[in-house]
Amino acid sequence: MATFKMHLLVCGGTGCRASESATLFQNLRAGIIQKGLENDVQVITTGCFGFCEKGPIVKVLPDNTFYTMVKPEDANEIIEEHIIKGRKVQRLLYVNPVTTEKVSDSKHMGFYRKQLRIALRNCGFIDPENIEESIAREGYAALGKCLTEMTPEQVIEMIKKSGLRGRGGGGFPTGLKWEITRASKADQKYVVCNADEGDPGAFMDRSILEGDPHSVIEAMAICGYCIQATKGLVYIRAEYPLAIERLKTAIKQAREYGLLGEDIMGSGFNFDIELRYGAGAFVCGEETALIHSMEGFRGEPTVKPPFPSVSGYLKKPTNVNNVETFANIPVIINRGAEWFSSIGTEKSKGTKVFALAGKINNVGLIEVPMGITLREVIYEIGGGIKDGKKFKAVQTGGPSGGCLTEKHLDTPIDYDNLIAAGSMMGSGGMIVMDEDDCMVSVAKFYLDFTVEESCGKCSPCRIGNKRLNEILEKICKGNGTMEDIALLRNLSSVVKDTALCGLGQTSPNPVLSTLDNFYDEYLAHIVDKKCPSGRCKALLQYFIDPENCVGCTACARNCPVNAISGERKGVHVIDSATCIKCGACMEKCKFNAVYIK
Amino acid sequence: MTKIKSLNDLRAIKANVEAKMNLRERSDAPEKLVQIKVAMATCGIASGAKIIMDYMVNELDKRHIPAVVSQTGCMGYCYAEPTIEVTLPGKEPIVFGYVTEKKADQIIEKYIINGELVEGIIPVNYESIDNK
Repeated sequence: MATFKMHLLVCGGTGCRASESATLFQNLRAGIIQKGLENDVQVITTGCFGFCEKGPIVKVLPDNTFYTMVKPEDANEIIEEHIIKGRKVQRLLYVNPVTTEKVSDSKHMGFYRKQLRIALRNCGFIDPENIEESIAREGYAALGKCLTEMTPEQVIEMIKKSGLRGRGGGGFPTGLKWEITRASKADQKYVVCNADEGDPGAFMDRSILEGDPHSVIEAMAICGYCIQATKGLVYIRAEYPLAIERLKTAIKQAREYGLLGEDIMGSGFNFDIELRYGAGAFVCGEETALIHSMEGFRGEPTVKPPFPSVSGYLKKPTNVNNVETFANIPVIINRGAEWFSSIGTEKSKGTKVFALAGKINNVGLIEVPMGITLREVIYEIGGGIKDGKKFKAVQTGGPSGGCLTEKHLDTPIDYDNLIAAGSMMGSGGMIVMDEDDCMVSVAKFYLDFTVEESCGKCSPCRIGNKRLNEILEKICKGNGTMEDIALLRNLSSVVKDTALCGLGQTSPNPVLSTLDNFYDEYLAHIVDKKCPSGRCKALLQYFIDPENCVGCTACARNCPVNAISGERKGVHVIDSATCIKCGACMEKCKFNAVYIK
Repeated sequence: MTKIKSLNDLRAIKANVEAKMNLRERSDAPEKLVQIKVAMATCGIASGAKIIMDYMVNELDKRHIPAVVSQTGCMGYCYAEPTIEVTLPGKEPIVFGYVTEKKADQIIEKYIINGELVEGIIPVNYESIDNK
């Protein structure tokens, strides 16, 4: 088998490359060849280690040595000392910042990794279509423990003590919700799993259902045991066909194994789960709208109270939790409330899954302990901003949230801090924006979304958001006035205060938070009639620099509206009145003569 | 398949499957199988994970390499899909990203057969609850 005795992994992530990891790589490879070791030692570049702060990183296999801040000139020392003489280069080893000890084996560095996977514990680890692999990873052990060793009250007490809060956005304490639903008297109660994930850019619920459906099924059964419900329903959008298929397979297997159905594990407890499909309306993530949709009515919210825990699906007490919330439950039962509450911040316990998207290098799904800072998420896990651009803002909480800016980079992320910063946790979408993004357009993008998704039942949301959107449109077109800003603020607060449900109450947040954090950009659009990041087409003009133009005619030939005139080998000119600002000329010009102002 | 009637039944299955999985994953014996997991969530499949999975199954078979290829959920490395995790007997699992058929062929020829690493490795950057 293996002919190579050793491997040197050199990080080729953006951060490390910026600190000369490419030269380091070449030096290592050249050094290995010089020593005639090329058949024994392989040097290879890898993706980002998520440790960019201490880069460049070199990891040595098989002994798991983890060298940090390695300079190109260190290559020879690593080869001479470590590879040839078998002595680790002490000065390059990672130093534990707490104990100041040198860590020679990266297995002992696990503690410093920024991510901890609780809800995603089995995603990417087990085969989601094989219940036995789930069982081998503690699947259904928590259910068994609850049914045979604990009373419902004890389980609820444990969840309450763990400090788990709803992961769908609101952050309501899960244990308390269960307790209230348990206290409601009725002949039938329901457990509902809200899998109607609708925030643009968020997909953690889908990933959990696709990668580990059994954890959700198990948690729903535990919830049923606690609130005395025998029926569970998963409300899932039909847009998630693979998640539906995996969930169906998982439910079928759980029934075959007797983990759903009657008399589960000989305890006398009965529980079964059915699926209900949504058509993908954003408002149906709101629990009352979700329940109406499940009942076969229009997906429109109703006034709370009564809360679903008192009168929900078919007017019976109903406990609605989000997918990620459920995925945390079995771990809490298995490992205890103290273990769970030791992770996170004072009021936000455990971890949160975020979907990193936008102008960031490592786009993907991450799970981090509450209290991590935005800086750690973006620069140490996300690998930094794409193409070395400058960070501008990150939108959290989707259309209900707001923008966090540079000044929030070191704020610990938890439910309360995000609200204090004018945003919210939401379901965990994080859209990273760089210097090229126009914040007025961003606010407008989210308003476009809410206008589209508003159910239309209450006037503040139906009409108010539409008007907000129109004002933003006006500003983006360069027709805004200072009165518009006052109107935006005023109308936003009216919509927030008077809308019926969470959708309307939070939809002006993107406007308010961009107004607060990027007031200058609004001013630039209104007073100077300029879009600083060059996004708002109506405020741009294309020009040709006579110094650089060589008269090659490429721009004129590619202009779809013939707005460019000029003689061959003579300077060309763009007619602003005809120009549609498509940018084709800029793309075609090989001499960088076309510019925007 | 007999139904699980008690917590002890469940524990018995757990112990049994766990032993099997451990054997697959952590055995030092060289004659043991190569294990390959293909991330097959919507994101992976959209980037071609199904094709890679079929390719791996067929090619390993053709080249008579004893291996288990299984599907799994999203590993979270969306920027590098399709991703596969290869565990050689007695070695730490290694995740490869941006896997095309060509890359899959290299992984088989170079890594699985010769133990030589190929470009596209994604270092593990998270902690699992097993160590916590």
